[in-house]
Amino acid sequence: MSTILELRQVYKRFGRTEIINGVDLAVGRNERHAVIGPNGAGKSTLFNLISGRFPITSGQILLDGQDISNTTPNAINRRGLSRSFQITNIFPKLSVFENVRCALLWSMGYRYSFWHRVGSLGQVQAHAQDIVERIGLARRRDRMAGVLSYAEQRALEIGVTIAGGAEVILLDEPTAGMSHSETAEAVDLIRSVSQGKTLIMVEHDMGVVFGLADRISVLVYGKVLATGTPAEIRANPAVQEAYLGAMAE
Amino acid sequence: MRDLTAKVEVPSLETASLPRTRFALGRQLALWSVVAAVLLVLPLLFEQSFALSMLSQMGIAVIFALSYNMLLGQTGMLSFGHAVYFGLGSFVCAHVLNAIGAGALGLPVTLLPLVGGLAGLGFGIVFGYVTTKRSGTPFAMISLGIAEMVAASALMFPAFFGGEGGIVTDRVVGDPVLGVSFGPQIEVYYLIAGWCLLCMIAMYALTQTPLGRMANAVRDNPERVRFIGYDPTRVRYRMFCLASFFAGIAGGLATINYEIVTAETLGLMASGNVLFMAFVGGIGHFFGPVIGAVLVSYLQSALSTYTQAWLLYFGLFFVIMILFAPGGIASLFAVHAAPLRHGLLSRLIPGYLLCGAMLAVMLLGFIALVEMLYHFEQGAALGREFNLFGFHVDVTLLKPWLVAGAVFAVGLAAFLFTLPVVKRAWAAVHVELQARDA
Repeated sequence: MSTILELRQVYKRFGRTEIINGVDLAVGRNERHAVIGPNGAGKSTLFNLISGRFPITSGQILLDGQDISNTTPNAINRRGLSRSFQITNIFPKLSVFENVRCALLWSMGYRYSFWHRVGSLGQVQAHAQDIVERIGLARRRDRMAGVLSYAEQRALEIGVTIAGGAEVILLDEPTAGMSHSETAEAVDLIRSVSQGKTLIMVEHDMGVVFGLADRISVLVYGKVLATGTPAEIRANPAVQEAYLGAMAE
Repeated sequence: MRDLTAKVEVPSLETASLPRTRFALGRQLALWSVVAAVLLVLPLLFEQSFALSMLSQMGIAVIFALSYNMLLGQTGMLSFGHAVYFGLGSFVCAHVLNAIGAGALGLPVTLLPLVGGLAGLGFGIVFGYVTTKRSGTPFAMISLGIAEMVAASALMFPAFFGGEGGIVTDRVVGDPVLGVSFGPQIEVYYLIAGWCLLCMIAMYALTQTPLGRMANAVRDNPERVRFIGYDPTRVRYRMFCLASFFAGIAGGLATINYEIVTAETLGLMASGNVLFMAFVGGIGHFFGPVIGAVLVSYLQSALSTYTQAWLLYFGLFFVIMILFAPGGIASLFAVHAAPLRHGLLSRLIPGYLLCGAMLAVMLLGFIALVEMLYHFEQGAALGREFNLFGFHVDVTLLKPWLVAGAVFAVGLAAFLFTLPVVKRAWAAVHVELQARDA
């Protein structure tokens, strides 16, 4: 299995606080990889570093063999890495359809064009419609995104993330705050949209993690404590002590 | 601290569903044909030359206000210096027009506004590069700084800006082309109307392009835009340059219309005025600024001929709009779209008529008080006796004050008393709409 995303000795310091403390991580192509860990372990920060939201203090991040450390989020996105956010981050005053359509304009090559009429771009329209249907929001197509229900907004968040056809998808707590049935629907959606892609997700729901992930990395105090298959992680005594045990209490 | 732009963000509509902005091309064509017909017929309806020059002024204001809304309403950039690009375009056009007049340049006057547009674009490219590096409050502050800087240089470079007197020019140059010399105001009106229509179509079309759609995305959530491949700074910069282009066209038309350009055209007052127009009309709708430009131009010209107190009414109007209809006049229309579609508008009308009548009484009293106060304070200039609503009023007597005060007080009380009627009607309509939506 070839590696598509690799982190080498990545450090992140905010002032004098070390948040990420020398992370080494390799994610294989078409793998579903979950990052778990207690609160404050640095999971979201790790996503922010990979996606370029924050610069790293030292180390290296490679996407498909190319160094993407300290490049801008838009440059990283154009290279095929797209992320979602823990707190819903969409365009609240655009319709569901427009949210998705905006998210795929760059990858379809229209960039900053002011000489194409979007409504007449058949491929763009069809592609956006397809994604709106895949995330189950066809009936909400022309609704303003800001007035959707929470679960619908989370689905749209995923839709916006995948619309550009990125090879690597980072989902930050996609099922946080969802009811049981909503979580089940979200898992089905994540499974379908990550088909043939590389998925990395931060998730607290262990049912979701062990059901979806091919491999799991455990992050504790800014360091990777262990990486392995769900079975290996479950059997790992250090993980049990640091994390899973604490959860069971 | 929250951003300034967060406070002026596009007001959301009452209804959850977005209005259908994506007209089919056929409907758009029909719409623009109607606009064209209106522009064509308007001057025939009004005989006076006053009306003609006002219509010309409105046409220029419409382009300018729409170009301003490309920044504020569409991209979320609160600029305090948009008149810079209008004014600079205007000055460049004045010099070019003078050069044409002197025979140094061969350019038809019809195309002169394009020169203004290119000048606006050029200055937009230079100043916008700096301004759009930041968004939100810093953007607003930088735009203010540049406006001050340009206004200051107007006094420093009298050769270009003409000092206090400005640059005077003459739009009648060379032989008439097809009988058009641009001497009579009617010919200038049709020139402005033509450019106005063209610019409106172009600016509307722009909202339908990838850049136009991304501008809305940048307005809503610039952070997220970075994670879907776009650089929000570049989106802002491009929108800024294009807005400057259209502002320059409006400036060029102003040169032709007034045949004089002074430093006032690029000053802070002018920048504030266009913000006012866009806001009063409604920055959340494409046609909002059109309404604002027409209304504000009218009020500025007409009101000032009726009353000395026009600036007071003007300021009060702005405050009331911001307080009670932050979405502008366009939003007042928009909230009635859903009731209209469902045939519920008739339930609102009785309340409106009742409340409106009370409001009219209140306003009558208020205007009487204001006018009397003006005549009282400036009696020497205005005279202490005057005609008000057909009554002879002597402000030195107590009676007119008591009558006006009573009318105002009764109107206010009646208005507040009847307001719940409107509120109840709206509540009922909302319930009905929700029931039909479900």
